[in-house]
Amino acid sequence: MNGETFKMRARLRALTDHTVTALSIAATIIVVTPLVAIFAYLVIRGASSLNLDFFIKVPKPVGENGGGMANAIVGSGVLLAVASAIGVPMGIGGGIYLAEFGRGTKLANAVRFTADVLNGVPSIVMGLAIYSLVVVPQRTFSAFSGGVALGIMMIPTVCRTTEEMLLMVPHAVREAALGLGVPNWRSVLSITVKTASPGIITGCMLAFARVAGETAPLLFTAFGNPFMTTTLNRPIEALPLQIFVYANSPYDDWHRLAWGGALVLILLIVLAVSLVRYVTSRGVLKGAS
Amino acid sequence: MPVSLEKVTVHVPEIRISQPQIQTEVAVRESVPPAAPAEVSAIRKYLLSRSDSAVADRLFHWLMVLCALSIFAIVVLIAWRLVVSSQVTWDRFGLGFFYKSFVNPDTHQRIYWDPVNEQFSAVPFVYGTLVSSFLALLIAVPLGVGLAIFMTEMCPRMLRGPLAFVTELLAAIPSIIYGLWAVFVLVPLLREHVNPLLVKLLGWSGLVANDNPTGLGFLAGGVILSIMILPIISSLTREVMTAVPHSQREAVLALGATRWEMIRMGVLRNARIGIVGAIILGLGRALGETMAVTMVIGNTPEIHKSILSNGTSMAAVIANEFTEAVSDVHRSALIEIGLALFIVTIIVNVIAQLLVWAVTRGTPSQAH
Repeated sequence: MNGETFKMRARLRALTDHTVTALSIAATIIVVTPLVAIFAYLVIRGASSLNLDFFIKVPKPVGENGGGMANAIVGSGVLLAVASAIGVPMGIGGGIYLAEFGRGTKLANAVRFTADVLNGVPSIVMGLAIYSLVVVPQRTFSAFSGGVALGIMMIPTVCRTTEEMLLMVPHAVREAALGLGVPNWRSVLSITVKTASPGIITGCMLAFARVAGETAPLLFTAFGNPFMTTTLNRPIEALPLQIFVYANSPYDDWHRLAWGGALVLILLIVLAVSLVRYVTSRGVLKGAS
Repeated sequence: MPVSLEKVTVHVPEIRISQPQIQTEVAVRESVPPAAPAEVSAIRKYLLSRSDSAVADRLFHWLMVLCALSIFAIVVLIAWRLVVSSQVTWDRFGLGFFYKSFVNPDTHQRIYWDPVNEQFSAVPFVYGTLVSSFLALLIAVPLGVGLAIFMTEMCPRMLRGPLAFVTELLAAIPSIIYGLWAVFVLVPLLREHVNPLLVKLLGWSGLVANDNPTGLGFLAGGVILSIMILPIISSLTREVMTAVPHSQREAVLALGATRWEMIRMGVLRNARIGIVGAIILGLGRALGETMAVTMVIGNTPEIHKSILSNGTSMAAVIANEFTEAVSDVHRSALIEIGLALFIVTIIVNVIAQLLVWAVTRGTPSQAH
């Protein structure tokens, strides 16, 4: 290779390098743009529709302005309470099994794999399954069925985070407890789980935030209800469901309410995510060392 | 559906990779062996079996096993219910449900989905799902990989945290909010500016035709899907790229490579299987995504060559028609579409999971 072509190639290589750098910076900017845009729109259009009425009034009949989303907020609360009552204990139990009893066994690997696969099942399919499992025998759409659908979706997340957090607890802590003659179940619950509890709680928060925004599984389980209700065996409204209906409606006032609802939802979720980041960055197991 | 990134995670791959790091950290600080002994020692077993609480212990153990087994039970229950409830359609249309079309007796036109005459075929839905997911991957893969490259190889340290937080937030935004934003912001933008431009530039190919004044359609669905699957692709790619040992980079740099050559030869080549896994995982998410797509894809069960036309997807038709379905056949046809979606997403997820695990466990890719 003579000097000229060598120089040419070096220049070409440097040029490629710069181009790739520029492209990846461009990609980063393009990725950040929609996030900024979404938040800007949520704040601008949502904040103006948030007032006291939004939180304490139920929707007005079609054509009348005003009203709020009180029924949807209460409904979401009921649904999430049912979901947590199902998802959190079962998820934590599964996580304890994976970390404390099943380490390295074939069954544990299979459970772990299934949990990850279950996590990838589309939420709409979950809704269909719960429809034919709960709604059909019950003969009515109900808050209970919606809660079950959301609860099942929480299990894999809670289970896997619990396992991760328990694995981080040093072995010496367990042995110390057992060495003092504490029964195994007690040592797991009041020593290991307690040590990892900040991490486990954040995992639950994360799962909670995730299902709080789920709409698809509620379409044919909770179904929606324009009135205030807390009964478990009747249809119930949820914040995401209400947003869906309002966004597809032709009324400007309903669009306004939809943006307001979306802002409330996103604030809840951002709070959860930031909390998770805060706790994990501080080191979950400060208490253990 | 949001996925979280960082340490508290929903998806295995990230956990798989970050785990050894966490454990070594603990090991250094606490000087405890990183890998826990898999088997309980004989003495411990003996002591536990003799203790006063042997019954309570066993009970607790089995309770936890039950919780773990419930995960299997859920998957089996879902599959069983979907199969049973879609029986009517299966008996009537068989496998032809996924490739046949019908002729409308009145208009003599070819149709696929006719609830009135109870003729059902899933073809337009499968087509819509494939087209919108493909468009989503087309947009999200270069951006996601580009972001991952920027974050692992180029980014100043102080930008890394905020960027990770941004991707985490993108993953956490619910589908319905993406949908709301798409309906009021993205669709008008596409309608006014992007679509006319595309028609002008690519009109000759026939893939974009100016026959849809709404701005809804496959492209709108694809764009919003791409934003939603970006975080998964980029965070997983980042994790696999971080898992490539530093010695690889240093070796390539020592041979006089530029930074891009180092990334291409030292990093991307070693991480490629994991990156493919990340892309497939993103595909799995795109296939099953419901709300945002339903709101912007147009919801007409037709097949068009143009990506600007209205269409529909498997998840979207279920969300739209299920509560309004009156006949048993209609309902069971929708459930059969759900079953197909369930099977496809499970297969896609299993493949992706195996690919990512293969890389992070360090078997095939390290051979190069």
